[in-house]
Amino acid sequence: MMAQQKKTQSKRGLISEASKAEIDRWIAKYPPQQKRSAVMAALRIVQDQNKGHLSNDLKDAVAEYLDMPPIAVYEVATFYSMYELEAVGKHKICVCTNISCMLRGSDEIVAHLHKRLGIGLGETTRDGRITLKEVECLGACVEAPMFQIADQYHGNLTPEVVDEILDGLD
Amino acid sequence: MNKQVTKQMVNIEINGKKLQVPQGTMVIEAADSAGMTIPRFCYHRKLSVAANCRMCLVDIEKMPKPVPACATPVTDGMKVLTHSAKALDAQKGVMEFLLINHPLDCPVCDQGGECDLQDTSMGFGLDRGRYHEPKRVLRDKDIGPLIATEMTRCIHCTRCVRFGQEIAGIMELGATGRGEHMRIGTYVERAVNSEMSGNVIDLCPVGALTSKPYRFHGRAWENIPIDSIAAHDCIGSNIHIEVRRNKVMRVLPRENNGINECWLSDRDRFSYTALDSDDRLTQPMIKQGDDWKAVDWPTALNYAVEGLKTVINKYDARHLGALVSPSSTLEEMYLLQKLMRGLGCDNIEHRLRQQDFSSDTASGAYPVLGLPVAELENLNAALLIGACIRKDQPIAAHRLRKAALKGANIMAINALDYDFNFPLAEMLVVSPADMLRSLAAICKVLMEEISSSEMPDGLSAILAAVEVNGTHRAIAHHLKSAEKAAVLIGTQAMSQNELAGIRALAGLIAESTNASLGSLSEGANALGAWLAGAVPHQGPGGATVENDKTAVLAKHLMACVLLNVEPELDCANASAAHDVVRHAEFVISMTSYMSENMKASADVLLPIAPFAETSGTLVNGAGDWQSFNGSCTPPGEARPGWKVLRVLGNLFELDGFEYLSSDEVRDELKVRCEGLELSPSGPWRCPSLDSGDGGLQRIGHLPMYAVDMLVRRAQPLQDTRDAIVAAIYLNAATAKRTGVANEDNVQAVQGSCSVSLPLVIDESIPDACVMIPVALEETSALGAAYGVIDLCK
Repeated sequence: MMAQQKKTQSKRGLISEASKAEIDRWIAKYPPQQKRSAVMAALRIVQDQNKGHLSNDLKDAVAEYLDMPPIAVYEVATFYSMYELEAVGKHKICVCTNISCMLRGSDEIVAHLHKRLGIGLGETTRDGRITLKEVECLGACVEAPMFQIADQYHGNLTPEVVDEILDGLD
Repeated sequence: MNKQVTKQMVNIEINGKKLQVPQGTMVIEAADSAGMTIPRFCYHRKLSVAANCRMCLVDIEKMPKPVPACATPVTDGMKVLTHSAKALDAQKGVMEFLLINHPLDCPVCDQGGECDLQDTSMGFGLDRGRYHEPKRVLRDKDIGPLIATEMTRCIHCTRCVRFGQEIAGIMELGATGRGEHMRIGTYVERAVNSEMSGNVIDLCPVGALTSKPYRFHGRAWENIPIDSIAAHDCIGSNIHIEVRRNKVMRVLPRENNGINECWLSDRDRFSYTALDSDDRLTQPMIKQGDDWKAVDWPTALNYAVEGLKTVINKYDARHLGALVSPSSTLEEMYLLQKLMRGLGCDNIEHRLRQQDFSSDTASGAYPVLGLPVAELENLNAALLIGACIRKDQPIAAHRLRKAALKGANIMAINALDYDFNFPLAEMLVVSPADMLRSLAAICKVLMEEISSSEMPDGLSAILAAVEVNGTHRAIAHHLKSAEKAAVLIGTQAMSQNELAGIRALAGLIAESTNASLGSLSEGANALGAWLAGAVPHQGPGGATVENDKTAVLAKHLMACVLLNVEPELDCANASAAHDVVRHAEFVISMTSYMSENMKASADVLLPIAPFAETSGTLVNGAGDWQSFNGSCTPPGEARPGWKVLRVLGNLFELDGFEYLSSDEVRDELKVRCEGLELSPSGPWRCPSLDSGDGGLQRIGHLPMYAVDMLVRRAQPLQDTRDAIVAAIYLNAATAKRTGVANEDNVQAVQGSCSVSLPLVIDESIPDACVMIPVALEETSALGAAYGVIDLCK
């Protein structure tokens, strides 16, 4: 009954204490009745906590934490492409194929990545180490072609530079 | 709804027609008020403006591009053209884009014939498609037993999403993904669970969300809409009953801004599905030995009359009794009491879920709402007592929600932690025994701390022992400081043992805070029942009646007339009511349905028509007399109840049963009710605060989809999550104390009644209380809805 529905097993516990502290820092930036403004930051934080992707339970946990309807969190999570809804590899390589990078040879970079890793865009290596993702312009046209791994941009890519970077990954 | 009331008027021109409209009005509203149609999908006058369908693009002088009429406020001197070449070109362009991904499946689409997209494409669409690429196709999700989805047809107007956020108060549908991948849905498989969810079917401008029970049953143009009134709560929502070939096809809301606006609760919308339930009674039947025999009306009626006469001769007329459903029509109630009183008996009762009749006095306290339904949204403060208002009167909850969102302090004192779809200023969840104490505490704040006014008789003595806390103070202050306040006693409080005390204290709180006092009464016609005299201590129009003041069901009845009542499901004390009926020597059941219990206890079954099939009148809590015609003829031999009662009156040779129509019955009663003052409170009687012996108390919650015969048989409603499972609900501490914490099944015992039910631990149940719902088959062997109960393994 009503009471049952209200307390359908809380998922708050899925958010780590460290993440909660960080989300709280974001919540504090907004007026108290607009906690939900922190939803984008909160999703990013719990995504980082969860090896780079968001599960439905985690989205529910964020909804509960920010006191908003779960569907409203799903809306945000599915709208933005940098939220991962499926599990990703340990390293997520976001390759730009937008106009500047394309003109400067991103096709060659993608082909090289495909040859070297045996996966296409949007796929993850079988060992779960690397995910390739096609992205739109990341605002680094000055050193096109480029890709992003974790928080690091890598520009002026050639197959050789790519190999060097991949060899350097753990 | 979000139109600002500004006095300033501006002059505008639409298609050359000069108009004066208030500043801030949107162009589309101005055009609508002048009767000029601008095509639209996402705009709805009761919802916020989204401006995302772009269908309402119009041409405004001095604006370089077409602008959406729904999101463009008027300014002085504005010249709008809705049909200029520029406007039409824009509208046609939008139409073509909307149709790109829309399937051409109108022949199999339920919306066909009442589809905004279909209609608009007739006016603005091309006669052929220029789009040859693949269309987008979506997989549907199951969102519950009421709404069918066909999301490929969705045009992303987001009306349903905004309805959830703004009207229903729980956002269940949303738009996930973006661009071409955007879709409307629940994202994860989960049922939409609002008591108002059916409204998205009306709101959806295409066939994406349609009625599941009505699916593939008919075409809109084949149905004849007939004005009627919803028969399940004291709000009296206005409805259209759509009929085809003498069969009710579906129920839709009929706009009445004073009552339900354009909304309808799911209960009112889908209860019609019970009309062709398998257990409809379509033939008069009499019991012969242990067998039931179908007979014609004269035989059945004569048998009924002879049966009653035998009892009257053997005992006397005071051994007769009549129980009537509080959702029966005014005419049925009036004629039934006229019949009973004509035979010399005052034992007629509609307050079947009430246990405490000690406040019955000569000048009755009427179950009025105390203010018009629409006024609920203008309150600044309201105190709800024992009200699961969202489920019991969804439209009233919607009005209060509007008030709450405007900043009103809505407060509640309940025995269960009911869900509210709006913020509550204060909330107390107390055991039924403590409810009186909480009200007394509020009185104490008002009497001693705020106004220090003179106390009514005996109050100071009981207040001395009452402890006051911050919540009590806050409630008192909110009510006192509000310009418009109301104290409302809810349906769930009606069954409580201390109802008279609750009424007295609620009345005192209302009086000393200048708030209006009212009830959210049970059934659709509780106020009508009082007016019609369907109570033992008061005749029609408030006529005084000499009566022995014993509750009808507490008497040893020798003959019983039931009108759409299943005693074991409709009465507060299920087993006691069942016993009364079973022990009566002669029982007439006037009913739309039959059940095994009815067959066991009744002697005559007279098939009568439920709300959709009879003419009649329902009086809502606000005192609106709303009459309606039957929308179709009842099946088989079933007849409208008022006609059956009229013939019974004739057979008994009583005077004044010569009516030719239900209108005559109503008009006769109306004359008797003229000038009648409907006071919500009776004379002051000081309650006592002795709380019981500290044993376990039952809370007999009344589930929203079990309130009457019809609703209980509406399968789609029974399949929703709001249909509560029969179980024993209590908190972990209470379970431990009673030693049942580790059991799966527990025996609940009330006196000589007992049932075994699954145990559910629910922390929201107050200490020393056990919630066992009433009105369910599984709990119908138990006793009082509120009262002492024992649990054992």
